[in-house]
Amino acid sequence: MLQPGLNHILFISTALFFIGVYGFFTRRNLVTILMSVELVLNSVNLNFIAFNKYVWAGKLDGLFFTIFVIAIAAAEAAVAIAIIINLYRSHHSIDVNKAEEMKF
Amino acid sequence: MLNENYLLLIPLLPLAGFVLLGLFGKKYLKNASGMIGTLLLLASALLALYVAYGYFFEFGKVDRVYQKMIGFQFTWLQFNNGVSIDMGALVDPISVMMLVVITFVSLMVHIYSLGYMKGEERFATYYSFLGLFTFSMLGLVMSSNIFQIYIFWELVGISSFLLIGFYYEKPSAVAACKKAFIVTRFADLGFLIGILILSFYSGTLDFNTLIQRLTSPDSAQFQNAITSSFLGISALTWGMVLVFMGGAGKSAMLPFHIWLPDAMEGPTPVSALIHAATMVVAGVYLIARLFPVFALSAPDALHLVAYVGAITAFFAAVIACTQTDIKRVLAFSTISQIGYMMFALGVAKYGSEAALGYTASMFHLFTHAMFKALLFLGAGSVIHFIHSNEMKDMGGLRKYLPVTHITFLIACLAISGIPPFSGFFSKEEILLAASQNNQFIFWIGLITSGLTAFYMFRLYFSIFWNKATPSLPDKSHGEGGFVMNLPLILLAIGAALAGFIPFGNFVSASGKPVEPGFHWQFSFLPVLLALTGILIAMRMYKKENLLPDKIASSFGGFYKAAYHKFYFDELYLFITKKIIFNLIGKPATWFDRNIVNGLVNATGNTTATVSAKIKGIQSGKVQQYGLYFLVATIAMAVLFIYWWK
Amino acid sequence: MEGSTIIFYLLAALTLISAILAVSTRQIFRAAIFLLFSLIGIAGLYFWMQYQFIAAVQIVVYVGGITVLIIFSIFLTQQAGEKMPKQKIGRQIFSVLAVFCGFALVMLQVSQYNFSSIAAIPVAPSVENIGSGMVGINEGGFALPFEVVSMLLLAALIGCIVIAMRSPEEPVNKQKEEILIEAEIDVIV
Repeated sequence: MLQPGLNHILFISTALFFIGVYGFFTRRNLVTILMSVELVLNSVNLNFIAFNKYVWAGKLDGLFFTIFVIAIAAAEAAVAIAIIINLYRSHHSIDVNKAEEMKF
Repeated sequence: MLNENYLLLIPLLPLAGFVLLGLFGKKYLKNASGMIGTLLLLASALLALYVAYGYFFEFGKVDRVYQKMIGFQFTWLQFNNGVSIDMGALVDPISVMMLVVITFVSLMVHIYSLGYMKGEERFATYYSFLGLFTFSMLGLVMSSNIFQIYIFWELVGISSFLLIGFYYEKPSAVAACKKAFIVTRFADLGFLIGILILSFYSGTLDFNTLIQRLTSPDSAQFQNAITSSFLGISALTWGMVLVFMGGAGKSAMLPFHIWLPDAMEGPTPVSALIHAATMVVAGVYLIARLFPVFALSAPDALHLVAYVGAITAFFAAVIACTQTDIKRVLAFSTISQIGYMMFALGVAKYGSEAALGYTASMFHLFTHAMFKALLFLGAGSVIHFIHSNEMKDMGGLRKYLPVTHITFLIACLAISGIPPFSGFFSKEEILLAASQNNQFIFWIGLITSGLTAFYMFRLYFSIFWNKATPSLPDKSHGEGGFVMNLPLILLAIGAALAGFIPFGNFVSASGKPVEPGFHWQFSFLPVLLALTGILIAMRMYKKENLLPDKIASSFGGFYKAAYHKFYFDELYLFITKKIIFNLIGKPATWFDRNIVNGLVNATGNTTATVSAKIKGIQSGKVQQYGLYFLVATIAMAVLFIYWWK
Repeated sequence: MEGSTIIFYLLAALTLISAILAVSTRQIFRAAIFLLFSLIGIAGLYFWMQYQFIAAVQIVVYVGGITVLIIFSIFLTQQAGEKMPKQKIGRQIFSVLAVFCGFALVMLQVSQYNFSSIAAIPVAPSVENIGSGMVGINEGGFALPFEVVSMLLLAALIGCIVIAMRSPEEPVNKQKEEILIEAEIDVIV
């Protein structure tokens, strides 16, 4: 096998992205949907770091972007948990199919 | 000099009466409305007499020829090819004569109605309608523009509709006013098409210009109108025939006569004004107004006028001999007399001597207005006394209604053509004109005058003689008062003396005076026929006997047909119901309901169904939205990468 | 076959297999644990790429913070042990197809493009460089985003509290109701 390069890491990050997207479409539980979103964000981080290392080695922009994404993802996960708790209080279930009041 | 203001006031005063009484009469002026209407009309009548005196004796004549003058004109609607609808007042011998006739008869009817319609709840409405009618009729005779005459023609139709249907709670009255309006409206379609044809070929709507362009043989419009033809008849003749169709409708000529007997559902003074003296002569007036075009450029149309008039006169006289409702007898008598006026115009030619028919027709119009209005008002007095229209309820009334009796007798003598009453002079001139030009029509006219004398005196004897002791109603109140007798007396004076007016000096087709040339030998035959008719009627009706019934049964089927007015109404009903409604009306309704409406409904239903199917896309499920988003993004990416160059 | 290659493939397998299991397992707690492993795999990949600081941040924040938060929320909504229901089969098939198409498309583009490295003096991702970059205000400094993100964190903090908090009357009333009910029960008993 050849030396793993940029393309290999891109393969991994793309696969992670689409696995997360699949999980977002398929899961019925709000918490698992949140987990899938975390997978997507992680794939993006991996992408940034890979490009920073193999293409733009003279700067650290990709790395800083990754740090900010991690911070924001943490904040977003917290807010999402708060919303899930609120939704649970009103619907007594976190099945996403039951939260469909915004239909026609 | 012609005073424009007085001329304009003549129609405007009744119009003011209409507006005032129509708006305020019901609430505020209830009892005074009769007096207000009558006073306005009195002023209008005096102004008409003043204008007539001035025209005929002072300023009308230039070189011994009466001129057509325009008293007032303003352009209302201008089309850009030179044609324009103007509103103007035309002053010429026949229009001035008509002004006098209309205002005088209308004034008599106003005064009479003060007594006849007393106690009627819609008294003010009645007088306002009378004012509207008088305004419309006066506007019609004063029109200087053929479209203006059409506007007033329709206004007169509306006024007639309102007045016939005055007692609108009676279904027969409602049916009668609808019938009158629809039949005349149908005839007016012909009139409108005729107007369009005439204005197209002559390039103008103004009467004087139109007549001048269509009668001078070297004008371009005349050549054009004569040479273009449709189905072998020249366009100009078509135009004139269609105009005559409009006139025939309004004047109740065959076959449009069906509305006039039914129009007797209206109050009797209305019948006197509209359906005897003024509105029904509008058709004759129209033909007289366009007479130069008829005589010089479309003589075939004039022949049609003559024959229709003569046949109508004869048929109406036959039917009148069998009717038992006194107002119906008078209605058919009116149709017959207007037939006389029509065929008199039909046999006239343009030019000084042979234009006798024109003068005779206008003279008969003048005298007929007097005696027919008198007959109707007299019949009104009888009906007011007996509370019934049928001849069998009347008889021997001469002691109870003395004034009515004498005036009715004068009117019957006038209409039968007995000298020295006015009808004799006007009828003689008509028969003389017919004998000079068309023998067939002369003989029809002669026989009809005998029939006229018969049925009029049948009416007279049945009402005032016949029974020895009349059957009076329980609460009989005697003859009508002074307001009802005064018009009878005034009209009787007119009917008696109007014959002595030398009409030919004033009214003629070309403006120059026409001498009738009185032939005593000629009058012998018609007067003899009339006296025979009177004697037969006296024998049959003066004393109560069975002779009328025996003669009626001996005629058998013919009598029955005449009694049912020759089944014209049934024929029209058949045509409209079976043919027009079923074959045209019903399919059209089906098409409109199912196809046109169905198309609109189908559009709506399809939209609703499609939208119901589509609305499921907005399901409220976020995952579904995300899925669609991803699929669309991938599709767009593929599109941009592989297809968009 | 070098050691780093083998390690790379092992880490990749860990990440991907844990991710697939995380999105497809029917027990929620196991999904959280598989997510944990996946995140650890990614941290391992960061280590393999010699970006140690980010790997450490990943483990501390993601694994130690977010995953624990998720596990707390699972417990708070009382669904730890049961099996979760599955989505409709049609949705699943359609999602697999869509995802597979997307994956194929992206990989096709990536493999056809030749990423060439930009020639420059490589800067090592050491802590000093990261630190001076983070608070630097010169060209290449990230002081402003740093401050903005800290504001964002503050807003998120306050937001969470506001969203998740019960309205003030409820707890008090509920307490009063509980006291009254207890008193009644005492009386009856």
